[in-house]
Amino acid sequence: MVNMAAAVLEKLPTVPDAQGRFGKFGGRYVPETLIFALTELEQAYKSATEDSEFQAEFARVLKDYVGRKTPLYPAERLSEHYRQPDGRQPRIYLKREDLNHTGAHKINNALGQALLCRKMGKHQIVAETGAGQHGVATATVCARFGLPCIIYMGAKDMERQALNVFRMRLLGAEVRGVHEGTKTLKDATSEAIRHWVTNVETTHYILGSAAGPHPFPGMVRYFQSVIGRETRRQCEAHFGGKPDIVMACVGGGSNAIGIFHEFVDDRDVRLIGVEAAGEGMDTNKHAATLTLGSPGVLHGSFSYLLQDSEGQVIDPHSISAGLDYPGIGPEHSYLKELGRAEYFAVTDKQALAAFELLSKTEGIIPALETAHAFAYLDDLCPTLEDGATVVINLSGRGDKDMYTAAKLLGWDV
Amino acid sequence: MKELKDQGRVAFIPFLVAGDPDLETTEEALKRLDAAGADVIELGIPYSDPLADGPTIQSASTRSLAKGTTVDKVLDIVRRVSSQIRAPIVIFLYFNPILYRTIDKMCQQLADCGAKGLLVPDIALEETGQVRDVASKYGIELVLLSTPTTRPERAEAIAKVTQGFLYLVSVAGVTGQRTSMESRLEGLIAHLHSVTDKSIAVGFGVSGPSQVKQLVEWGAEGVIVGSALVKALASGDSPAEGLQAMEQLAKELRSAMP
Repeated sequence: MVNMAAAVLEKLPTVPDAQGRFGKFGGRYVPETLIFALTELEQAYKSATEDSEFQAEFARVLKDYVGRKTPLYPAERLSEHYRQPDGRQPRIYLKREDLNHTGAHKINNALGQALLCRKMGKHQIVAETGAGQHGVATATVCARFGLPCIIYMGAKDMERQALNVFRMRLLGAEVRGVHEGTKTLKDATSEAIRHWVTNVETTHYILGSAAGPHPFPGMVRYFQSVIGRETRRQCEAHFGGKPDIVMACVGGGSNAIGIFHEFVDDRDVRLIGVEAAGEGMDTNKHAATLTLGSPGVLHGSFSYLLQDSEGQVIDPHSISAGLDYPGIGPEHSYLKELGRAEYFAVTDKQALAAFELLSKTEGIIPALETAHAFAYLDDLCPTLEDGATVVINLSGRGDKDMYTAAKLLGWDV
Repeated sequence: MKELKDQGRVAFIPFLVAGDPDLETTEEALKRLDAAGADVIELGIPYSDPLADGPTIQSASTRSLAKGTTVDKVLDIVRRVSSQIRAPIVIFLYFNPILYRTIDKMCQQLADCGAKGLLVPDIALEETGQVRDVASKYGIELVLLSTPTTRPERAEAIAKVTQGFLYLVSVAGVTGQRTSMESRLEGLIAHLHSVTDKSIAVGFGVSGPSQVKQLVEWGAEGVIVGSALVKALASGDSPAEGLQAMEQLAKELRSAMP
């Protein structure tokens, strides 16, 4: 074991710095047109963090509208499933972000940014979406606050997440399909940024990942960090201490940073992020950005990136639309390089098996994105001491994935 | 640009995406643009995620990359052509491919092949210092952009450090043809003239002679035309037809400028 006293004392520097840097990562790499809006947003965000009325309103809507706090649930049958031949067994807890209104953690951030948008006096919203969860969350808060919104979504994702497309439209959002490039999250994000560049004087961009140019990565973390704060108190209540391991799936990284942030200075808590290895790490069809990528600039920030020998962005692949992204939020790159968080990748097949396992052992159908975090339990559990506490951020529910999963599992629906 | 300004000649600055429809056509197009009176030529090296570009240049970039266009292949053309034409070539390239290659190696290669300038559309003033320091070492001029949303004091800071000319983006938006120019441009051009002696060239959305005349009237000393020429070059059933359409448009644009 590490020396706990020393581990707790070594606090990491506060990130991001004034330039939006997490170590060497992050920053603001955008066309000049957006600088004005980013500066304005940075100021509005800063003043919101110092405004007790804003905080109180955010907390109130999280409680009354989103349904927070979400439970920390002891997954006894799943823990039992991972009992080792020598009797060791982990104690697995699930942070139930799937129980939020709209079914995922995405609403925390969408809500915070919608409140901020109102504060800035902007009247239009644009957003990107991959799996559709962020799009649904954005459409939801826009309906709630009476803001017109446009959601860009890759044409391929519209097909595999048709149900979410309908939900967004029902909520009054205009969903625009993106037919460029891979027709997935990367291109939807590019198109949302182009829309923002064009309408920047009237529109706020609700970015869903802890990625993009400063101040988005820090700001999205701020709105999502409620997950980690609740988790700490709930762990205290459940077992009188901190968890040994906190684990989450990572695409852009917002649910992971939301639960990690609270524990970054607690060096005795292992932080594990699980990426999508797609069809395998030895194939070229994966989205394992931190494991197989290298640093570069995409969508406004310097971070790990899947790129070729020309510095062109490589098309990623994942079974889950939410992880099918060639970039990653800059703070994850920072935590990886510091060695503060560990990142692993699991394949489509492993994720699908975990998807079935959680459904059958706990009666909880996770999102395919979230299932990636559960899949890593297969590798993790044999290495753990008896009674090790593992908290998994159950970032979203799987209703949206029924058609995709049924098709992959050979069912006709 | 300084000499042009002294002569009262407005600079015609066409833009093309290298490798669309193919590299041979790009080479020929550069020569024809030069002959049609281009004063500077902006040559775009295609990138997979061109955030600042509208549909026309996005599609051209995608087509070019699909044909296997690489930075080195484009620079080979620049090396061959730069000595045969009068117009200096400014390379337009997004930041990531530059970063991947390293800024130093990129600028050295640009200088080696005879390019005169570099324009990076997805970095703003704060990040340009590191590029400019290296580019200057190799004699490459780094052209900066100012936009309608750029606040006056910031525009002044950009005008101070831009090299070659100041690229004024005509709209809050991405590249692509538009039918008219926003009237607030007149004030933006006037403001920039009041803070710098450098030439002000306006681009984004310029597609025809009437807009060119309007911009010149408002005080633009250079006009950049991209999407309209890229579209013309991609038109027709063969590269030869595309070249002809592009050349025709270039001549019309040039003749609209003093």
